[in-house]
Amino acid sequence: MYDYPAGKSDWMAAGLPTEGEAAGRPTAGTVARRDVPTCHLGESLRDVRERARAAGWDACVVVNEALIVMGLLRAEQLGREGDLTAESAMRPGPSTLRPHVPIAEVAEFMTEHDLPNAPVTTSGGELIGLLIREDVERAAHERPA
Amino acid sequence: MPTNIGREGVRRMVAEGAQLVEVLPKEAFDEQHLPGAIHLALRKIEAGARATLDPERPVIVYCWDSA
Repeated sequence: MYDYPAGKSDWMAAGLPTEGEAAGRPTAGTVARRDVPTCHLGESLRDVRERARAAGWDACVVVNEALIVMGLLRAEQLGREGDLTAESAMRPGPSTLRPHVPIAEVAEFMTEHDLPNAPVTTSGGELIGLLIREDVERAAHERPA
Repeated sequence: MPTNIGREGVRRMVAEGAQLVEVLPKEAFDEQHLPGAIHLALRKIEAGARATLDPERPVIVYCWDSA
């Protein structure tokens, strides 16, 4: 007997195929952008901003060595002036979503809380990607009835 | 005691003929499950396993996650 303790959550987070009524439907995990820039707590905000913008992003997820989400730098925080670190500028403990959440629920959540973006994490807090509200609304609109 | 395995171990063992068993509620299984998995309710797993599973092939059990 073998146990796969990371389970269905881990499987879906990796984007592997599934079967069942909801298989193939967009979820937080399938819509999240996985190329979101990340940075560490002690990094200079100026350096992080330059790196993020050079990659075409106005957001950056602050993570620790284990890729656990510590905070989020949205455009407002990323643009702050002064000699700041990522830790001092970030929004700590941002709202996160699990990868299996159907995209319609994600859209509702982001609209209700007026979130321009939101990290998707495993139940252990490990970053999977960043949801962009426009992507979510488009995917929710396109989903089959 | 079961042996813990990771995602790649699951993929390799399933390709080699292992049986996958999901023990979440039936509704969660019907909604989405790993390819080829069968459903066995946790409280009936012993009886269900005897009736459903091939004793000659390895069995991998999973639920949602370890949290």
